[in-house]
Amino acid sequence: MIPVCPLADLPTGESVRIDTAPPIAVFHTDGQLYAIDDTCTHQDASLSDGWLEGCLVECPLHAASFDLRTGAATCLPARRAVRTHPVTVEDGMIYVHHHAAEEGTAA
Amino acid sequence: MKSVAVIGASLAGLYAARALRAQGFDGRLVIVGEEHHRPYDRPPLSKAFLTGATADQGQLALADAEEIAELDAEWLLGTRATGLDTQERAVLLDGGRSLTTDGVVIATGATPRRLPGPAPAGTHTLRTLEDAQALRAELTRGPVRVVVIGGGFIGAEVASSCAALGHDVTVVEAAARPLVPQLGDTMAGICAALHADHGVTLLTGTGVARLHDGGAGHRVTAVELADGRLLPADVVVIGIGVRPHTAWLEGSGLPLDDGVCCDAGGVTPQPHIVAVGDVARADGTRAEHWTSATEQAAVAVRNLLAGRTVATHRSLPYFWSDQYGVRIQFAGRRLPTDIPRIVEGSPDDRSFLACYERDGRTTAVLALNRPRPFMRLRRELARAAQPVTT
Ligand SMILES: Cc1cc2nc3c(=O)[nH]c(=O)nc-3n(C[C@H](O)[C@H](O)[C@H](O)COP(=O)(O)OP(=O)(O)OC[C@H]3O[C@@H](n4cnc5c(N)ncnc54)[C@H](O)[C@@H]3O)c2cc1C
Ligand code: FES
Repeated sequence: MIPVCPLADLPTGESVRIDTAPPIAVFHTDGQLYAIDDTCTHQDASLSDGWLEGCLVECPLHAASFDLRTGAATCLPARRAVRTHPVTVEDGMIYVHHHAAEEGTAA
Repeated sequence: MKSVAVIGASLAGLYAARALRAQGFDGRLVIVGEEHHRPYDRPPLSKAFLTGATADQGQLALADAEEIAELDAEWLLGTRATGLDTQERAVLLDGGRSLTTDGVVIATGATPRRLPGPAPAGTHTLRTLEDAQALRAELTRGPVRVVVIGGGFIGAEVASSCAALGHDVTVVEAAARPLVPQLGDTMAGICAALHADHGVTLLTGTGVARLHDGGAGHRVTAVELADGRLLPADVVVIGIGVRPHTAWLEGSGLPLDDGVCCDAGGVTPQPHIVAVGDVARADGTRAEHWTSATEQAAVAVRNLLAGRTVATHRSLPYFWSDQYGVRIQFAGRRLPTDIPRIVEGSPDDRSFLACYERDGRTTAVLALNRPRPFMRLRRELARAAQPVTT
């Protein structure tokens, strides 16, 4: 479980990147928190810099789009999904449950 | 329309093929490409691929096997189109074959300009995978002296990649400053300063007189500048722009003028022939950028299937470049008289956002390492520039 930041520091419509290996992006959409791998599967742009619209984030480099709920790429040029990670809030603090870290396979 | 031939199996050609299928074309689709490869992505060739960060050629592929199967196209790779007979609706292929087809998408891109005179071993241009492999092979044999001729985006990216690999790099630019036509004087100056940050020498305001080699057929030894200076060189990379690939269309009757002349919808005077990507001079302008190649394809294909221009490509021009760990992004249409204003960050940090202004209006936006606000402004500009259509 990786602490991200206090919920109060991540208003709706905002995102934050955490420097795990690989880095993870956490998004606060209308009433929901999502965490996905931060690096676009197309090339190397950081999705936490992307454009958030509903449950979709658009990559800031070539406009591929990902569904935050599933990680699926919903438009080209990305073809592969990003991994999603569970997010919880405890005592006002956001936590990400990082697959790679938990599996011990930080790649 | 029962059959369409796409000539050029790269970015614009692939996106055109995708668009044809996505827009319901279920006829015969033939894709003709001079290269032996399925479509691959060029931008990494001067960046991650050159430095070895993306060493795997497979990572460059633009379409995976599943998508290739879905496209259900006949691929004529390693095949060059040599002519177009608009009367017979036939594409002539090398080896004397020809292909009769109802519609044609011209997507033959561009090819690097070369210096006049012979090109001794050790001189390179960079457009294809083979070009990049050949250059990379020379750069992995230990430190060398590299001279990059041309300080445009490709030249700057190559210089950056060579510097990252530990080579001694000099960039020669004929103009007083590189990138001025694209970015204007002030912003071009800030980008040019990136070279010095990383120990790369930038020589401006002088052209190249000739290349020296160690005798007939030997390797390049030096670059002689127009002002007489001699730069010793083990490897020379020529990045002085590109020419659209239109030679095969000479005599076809299609209007050619630094590209295939077409309207803003990619349609040539022959409505069953459209042009897309770097080869297309659409409504008087030719773009040489990744995003326009992909966007033009969908529009041109729509017009091809409709048999006339029903849609035009008007979206905001956009390009990016990666140099020295800095991501440069630009969007918009600027005139030389537009004034850039830095609205966020600082050039000293190589991280800022600048808006180009004309009569108090923003016409274009440039960012160095500021992707998030850039994206917001790019979207705002696009919305302002474009009436909402469906
Ligand atoms: C090294 C490099 C780095 C780049 N970096 C960036 C970047 O960072 N950002 C950006 O926006 N853009 C970048 N670009 C530009 C971008 O890659 C091009 O705009 C894009 O490739 C254009 O696609 P296209 O399909 O029109 O042309 P091309 O990619 O040139 O493809 C044309 C294809 O047609 C084939 N062909 C030509 N003639 C014939 C014929 N007679 N018969 C059959 N086939 C033929 C060619 O072999 C080629 O495969 C870069 C380009 C290069 C070379
Ligand atoms: S890096 Fe995200 S779309 Fe290209």
